Amino acid sequence: MDKEITIIVVVEHDQSGIKPVTYELLNAAKKLAGSGKIIALYFTDTEEADELALTHYGADEVRVCIHPDYHQYIHETYEAGLLSEIEKAQPDILLMPASNSGKELSAAIATRLEVALATDCIDLQLSEDGEVTIKRPVFAGKAYSLCKLSGPKPYLITLRPNIFRGEGADETRTGEIVKEKISLPDFLNPGLVREVGAELDVTEARIIVSGGLGMQGPENFKLLEDLAEVLGAAVAASRPVVDNGWQEYSHQVGQTGRTVSPDLYIACGISGAVQHLAGMSSSRCIVAINSDPNAAIFSVADYGIVGDALEIVPLLTQEFKRILEG
Amino acid sequence: MKIVVCIKQVLDTAAEIQIQDGKIVSPGSPLIMNPYDEFAVEEAVCIKAAFPESEVTVISLGPDSVKETLKRALAMGADRAIHISDPSFAELDHSIVAKILAKAIQKDSFDLVLCGRQAVDDDMAQTGPALAVLLEIPFVTVVTKIQFSENFETADITRQVEGGCETRKGMSLPFLVTCQKGLNEPRLPSLKGIMAAKKKEIQTLGATDLELDAQFLDPKNNLLHLVNLSLPPERKKGIILEGEDIAKQLATIIREEEKII
Ligand SMILES: Cc1cc2nc3c(=O)[nH]c(=O)nc-3n(C[C@H](O)[C@H](O)[C@H](O)COP(=O)(O)OP(=O)(O)OC[C@H]3O[C@@H](n4cnc5c(N)ncnc54)[C@H](O)[C@@H]3O)c2cc1C
Repeated sequence: MDKEITIIVVVEHDQSGIKPVTYELLNAAKKLAGSGKIIALYFTDTEEADELALTHYGADEVRVCIHPDYHQYIHETYEAGLLSEIEKAQPDILLMPASNSGKELSAAIATRLEVALATDCIDLQLSEDGEVTIKRPVFAGKAYSLCKLSGPKPYLITLRPNIFRGEGADETRTGEIVKEKISLPDFLNPGLVREVGAELDVTEARIIVSGGLGMQGPENFKLLEDLAEVLGAAVAASRPVVDNGWQEYSHQVGQTGRTVSPDLYIACGISGAVQHLAGMSSSRCIVAINSDPNAAIFSVADYGIVGDALEIVPLLTQEFKRILEG
Repeated sequence: MKIVVCIKQVLDTAAEIQIQDGKIVSPGSPLIMNPYDEFAVEEAVCIKAAFPESEVTVISLGPDSVKETLKRALAMGADRAIHISDPSFAELDHSIVAKILAKAIQKDSFDLVLCGRQAVDDDMAQTGPALAVLLEIPFVTVVTKIQFSENFETADITRQVEGGCETRKGMSLPFLVTCQKGLNEPRLPSLKGIMAAKKKEIQTLGATDLELDAQFLDPKNNLLHLVNLSLPPERKKGIILEGEDIAKQLATIIREEEKII
């Protein structure tokens, strides 16, 4: 390539700080950038932002853009900020998480700038002559599609959480930090009421304990919550569990629910219908507990236990607790 | 209120897929309405029931088979349907499809545009926000509740975010929302609905009706180009754990071999 590339990474954060997926974006950016430049863009309402970690994970420059309207995400203010920063930095690539926010924001920006967008990517390649190729699951993971991006820059790419985890922070690494109070157009800012619980979102969890109809009833999800607590995991469910009202829809994994790629997915009393497998079969390690030895879930499981989940789950909770505490 | 619902026809979610000549195929599997678009159609029909001076138009772009999906939407209670179809549309990417939909919607006036939160075939989640930008109206995505004011001019809109939800108060029409599960329970078309749908019109619009020239429809303008499709890598064959101490075996494996905890 005749020119060094510039990659912008959009920092996703909430009340509890920078979300881990941001570090994954930086890790993916590092792999592409070579000797090019990585800029982390941090939209916030405070000068006391925790931006230093971004340099430890690979940002060459952190631009902290401060405005009171950034006390929480709404796509209008992020769009305005991003458009002006893109204008200034002229990046080749913009990376965002494939979260609900990242997906809508990237689609809006791509349409405004008439540039290419690829959503929910699990692999990125940059060729010598500057061509960008991405891999993304389609049909909720029943197939993978490899695509080339073309047209004017920047290319917008959203990355699936949990895929691009790197080695971690290098606290000796340094970068430039630029803090600036920016101005935003006046938005008809409708009152935004946000209710985010302390609960770990299934798409962001490293470990998921998931229950199906085989859990027999809502009361038995307590067993899964206990195991999840010991493992620091999120609780997920199959569709009929959600349709029965035993769990909230945000916990549904599958083709018409959330698509997850945790390190460990423990499926308890789940038969393994194609729509369910579509949402979780790219998990790194899958454990299935099912009383039916012929259940389809065993075809994707790395480890299977044939038996009653109601008996086995508490034993697992005890055992994991013992080794984690011992 | 003029309500426009954009719907897409997709492969049945139960379909097992294969790849043939660089295309996804699933011989014998039915085509269905994208499940998230069912929430959009249902919501439109419910709004019409609550606010009778409404008209629900469903729009879909795709080959002739799409008419079946449009008929289903009419049977659910939509008033009229527009089928956008032209042989030149087959190879276009999302950015151009959104532009075509926008042109079709702009042929008439509209107050509310409803889409599904994403199509379950290519999972891009791009069309809704892209359309809103092109139509120059505000949008909210992944919506689980729309609560209109009494005069149906503004609404409080709740959307899903990671770990919870958020509500935007007092959004004024026009706006676009993309619909998520939880918004409503889509009805099955009743026999009466199916009979009524037979009398409803499906209007077809082609490239010339939308004043789209060959330059605009040239797949060379695509920004995303498919290189190939593949099936996910086969997972290695699993191990069934047996014996008295399975819990202990598994915990040890997860810690020592898989090094996850
Ligand atoms: C349009 C559409 C979209 C869909 N989208 C999704 C989706 O996103 N996600 C999803 O999950 N599904 C989805 N489905 C539903 C899917 O087809 C299956 O019906 C569903 O996944 C089955 O859920 P399950 O495994 O919990 O229940 P079941 O299929 O009833 O399986 C229960 C399992 O529990 C086992 N079992 C029973 N008792 C015990 C016990 N005591 N201990 C251990 N095991 C026990 C049984 O052997 C059985 O394998 C969709 C369907 C359609 C039509």
